[in-house]
Amino acid sequence: MTAIRKKSAGASKSDLVYRLVAVGAAAVVLILMAGLMLELTVNSWPSIRKFGVGFLGSTSWNPVTEEFGALSSIFGTLVSTAIAMIIAVPLSLLIALFLVELAPPAISRPVGYAIELLAAVPSIIFGMWGLFVFAPFMADHVQPVLRDRLGFLPLFDGPPMGIGMLTAGIILALMVLPFITAVVRDVFRMVPPVVKEASYGMGSTTWEVTRRVTVKYGFSGLLGAVFLGLGRAVGETMAVTFVIGNSHDVSSSLFAAGNSIASTLANEFTEASEPVYLSSLIELGLVLFVMTLLIQIAAQLWIRRVAQKAGGGL
Amino acid sequence: MKPRPSTGRKLADLVVKGLSIAASLLGIFVLGWILFEVGRRGIAALNWDFFTQLPTPPGVDGGGLSSAIVGTLIITALATVIGVPVGMMAGVYLAEVGKGTRLASVVRFTINVMMGIPSIIIGLFIYTIMVLPVGRFSGLAGAVALAIIMLPVVARTADDMLNLVPNELRESALALGLPRWRVTFAVVFRSAKSGLVTGVLLAVARVSGETAPLLFTSLNSVYWPTSISEPMSNLTVTIFNYAMSPYPDWQQAAWGASLLIMAAVLFVNIISRGMFRERKK
Repeated sequence: MTAIRKKSAGASKSDLVYRLVAVGAAAVVLILMAGLMLELTVNSWPSIRKFGVGFLGSTSWNPVTEEFGALSSIFGTLVSTAIAMIIAVPLSLLIALFLVELAPPAISRPVGYAIELLAAVPSIIFGMWGLFVFAPFMADHVQPVLRDRLGFLPLFDGPPMGIGMLTAGIILALMVLPFITAVVRDVFRMVPPVVKEASYGMGSTTWEVTRRVTVKYGFSGLLGAVFLGLGRAVGETMAVTFVIGNSHDVSSSLFAAGNSIASTLANEFTEASEPVYLSSLIELGLVLFVMTLLIQIAAQLWIRRVAQKAGGGL
Repeated sequence: MKPRPSTGRKLADLVVKGLSIAASLLGIFVLGWILFEVGRRGIAALNWDFFTQLPTPPGVDGGGLSSAIVGTLIITALATVIGVPVGMMAGVYLAEVGKGTRLASVVRFTINVMMGIPSIIIGLFIYTIMVLPVGRFSGLAGAVALAIIMLPVVARTADDMLNLVPNELRESALALGLPRWRVTFAVVFRSAKSGLVTGVLLAVARVSGETAPLLFTSLNSVYWPTSISEPMSNLTVTIFNYAMSPYPDWQQAAWGASLLIMAAVLFVNIISRGMFRERKK
């Protein structure tokens, strides 16, 4: 090959350009990532310097007195994400079970396709639907029932307004559901039929095979799916902004309006005129960035570790 | 050995199967519900004026979102022009030029992490480097933000698709004396064409419905887009602003814009998936 390259100097020069362009593009990726971290840190510096670590633990958010704290936004992000995961993970497992084990191909394919399309629906459409269709539905039909039955819990106390933490969590669940389902489905499919058949041969029911064989075999892959959903739910912006209610109060009720880091940014960023206000919002973004970064890195390392373990699981 | 009593086990199995069917029906129902509501309420807003007129203040009849439609097209096209080549070449680096090197695995890791960064953070980043220094929101900043969201998606698809091309193909082309770059673009790319096109289309579909990264970059405008260095009107931010407004006619226009965006995104999705599936057979 070197001989050929020597023969045509023009080709080797063009190859050099080709290599440089490819390396350049790869470098762009690294530069963007480094730039992102640097820019977010530098621009949140005034806020970091003014509020210190207390920023993370303070619930005050007052643009007039310029006192800012991230706690209510972090709280809202965590609560809405938790609701979303509690709903989406079991649903995804059930749907994947249906697609892989129960439904014949003629049904499984269109159903799978519909779930994939749900993933393609833009966030803002979920927001429109959430605000004008789903939130009134929650206020009229779901929240009153929950309050009557479970109102003794502080979680389900308060006026059924429709918008609020619970509605945001449910919509988030619907949004991450297709992503988790897709991974779970692949994990279920990768379990060798022999292993499952062996269990069926012992007289196990479908549920027993799923619980004791499929889930156990693919456990690490399933955890990866959960990480993926988590990463998406934490940073989801528009749909949450539409329905979460945008209040800086921390409430024990899931019916109450709240906010998330992303929704606070979406709502207030263009209004922020004072440097400290702007800087505090960017620091909020930095907090969100660090959260997703940790989730991503944990997921990546986990997947890599699992992939290296040849044989055992996925 | 005595068989265990089977009624309880069978019941549990039946319950799980029932739940599993119910969960799938719920997924389909939600998709149908969203499509139905957006279709029903959106249709009511669509008319000739919607496509041809500039936005009007609330309460004034006859306004449309022509500027936002054109703005979204410009921003998405610009983002594609910027994001796709860079993403493609990064994919080429991963799968061809730097294959197996340490740098490639670092870049691949970074790309995977980048795919998980919330789009609003990308918007924030672009705000700090393209809006804050010049003190003006701009359509170009919006396009760059969307391009950065496309980049890892395209790069990863390219990486995956190029890796599917058998090595024999590269070796035969090299043996014919082709330079590396021609092997990549004339042989490997052609072989992976349908996958690459699908990846690009899905990336375009994804960013065309993005709102969050445009909020701090392109912002919005009520004027006809004339320059990419000024705030540019676009459909998604318009939906956000109009939906949050108390005016019924603006809210209706938001539904019209939602229908337009959703139809476009789903159309591209269905086309590209169908295309990929056909080629795979």
